[in-house]
Amino acid sequence: MAESHGGAKGPAGAHTEADGGHHGGGFPPFESSSFASQLVSLAIFFVLLYVIVSKLALPRVGGVIEARQNKIEGDLTEAQKLRDQSDAALKAYESELASARMRAQAIGNESRDKANAQADAERKALEEQLAAKLAGAEKTIASTRAAAMSNVRGIAADAAGQIVQQLTGVVPDAASVNAAVDASLKG
Amino acid sequence: MIVPALPVRAGPAGRPRPAGIAGRPRDAALMKIDPIHQFNIEPLFTLGHIGNHTIAFTNSSLYMLVAVAIISILMLASGTQLVPGRLQSVAEISYEFVASTIRSTAGAEGMKFFPLIFSLFMFICVSNLVGIIPYTFTVSSHLIVTAALALLVFFTVLIYGLYKNGLKFFKIFVPHGVPIYILPLVMFIEILSFFLRPVSHSVRLFANMLAGHIALKVFAGFVAMLGFSLGALGWVGGVLPLALTVALTSLEILVAFLQAYVFAILTCIYLNDAIHPGH
Repeated sequence: MAESHGGAKGPAGAHTEADGGHHGGGFPPFESSSFASQLVSLAIFFVLLYVIVSKLALPRVGGVIEARQNKIEGDLTEAQKLRDQSDAALKAYESELASARMRAQAIGNESRDKANAQADAERKALEEQLAAKLAGAEKTIASTRAAAMSNVRGIAADAAGQIVQQLTGVVPDAASVNAAVDASLKG
Repeated sequence: MIVPALPVRAGPAGRPRPAGIAGRPRDAALMKIDPIHQFNIEPLFTLGHIGNHTIAFTNSSLYMLVAVAIISILMLASGTQLVPGRLQSVAEISYEFVASTIRSTAGAEGMKFFPLIFSLFMFICVSNLVGIIPYTFTVSSHLIVTAALALLVFFTVLIYGLYKNGLKFFKIFVPHGVPIYILPLVMFIEILSFFLRPVSHSVRLFANMLAGHIALKVFAGFVAMLGFSLGALGWVGGVLPLALTVALTSLEILVAFLQAYVFAILTCIYLNDAIHPGH
């Protein structure tokens, strides 16, 4: 390497002048003296590379990629499963809610009907009670009025007897006074 | 390897330069653009001999090792978290990128070749990207390397295709719905193109890397050359090639990735022929 300062001016001159060292001149890629060395080292290193690549490198990297792929697929199926679960839970919740709402409505209707019926019955009983009381009251009023009216006749008869006594000084006959009062009451 | 040839003040007290820089600045005026130097193969130490060839651990071997090390660190040291960090994301994106490329071009059966295509793509991509760093070496700038990789793909396709489909594999040379009188010509072209595949496959990558690095080096060299030869005026004039160098560097980053991708996707398409030969 150190000998080659032959001073070639360019690609054209290089062919003859470059590398005046131990290679015997010429264009290095076409120097057959170096072929054997290159072929042997290429064979050694390419076989080495092939063994490393096929036995170690590709299984390793391929394994990592495959593991990642499996992990992603596993995670996706896991996520899908969880989503299905949550969907099912949501559906169950909704149907539960709907049935509960229906039951609540039924209970509400039932209790309202019952309350209505009870209120009707109570009102009817109360009305009957009131009607009975009203009838009693009317009877009392009528009897009181009759009693009062008979009292009025006695008072009137007494008053008429007194009046006659005062005017004539004669005590009138009770029967005639009663007859006269009756007559005037009728009149 | 791009050597931007950062200007160094002339004189005996010049800063020590990193090894491998083109044109050592013993005298700044001597500084020349040597765009080929970066492709030199430098043996670092000798490993042994095969026949009369000396097998050395070269700078190319070093950068192959660097690429393998970077890929191993990226793929093995990144975390394994469920939510990835940065490094882990890069590792997973490369994995997914290559896997989807294979699936879209060669179908699910092509995943049999995932380790091969992943190794090819990452090796080329990382070594190309490392090669853009100044003073480094680009492994795929040598035809012998890209040719070896292309032939590896070619023979994989050929052997797997014959093993899997037997003689039916040769149906790839016989397209459907071609009139019988033109069939021999079409078959000839198909067979020719099949055997030329490794050529185009390797030369495409090699030439892209080579040309890109030469262009970068030439433009970067202009900056220093102008600065040294024209003084203050040259420094001003150097702005243009500097801007071009910056732009070219970003283009080269794209090319580095793109060529790795092209190499990988062509491998997938060729393998698809081996897996499904019936066009």
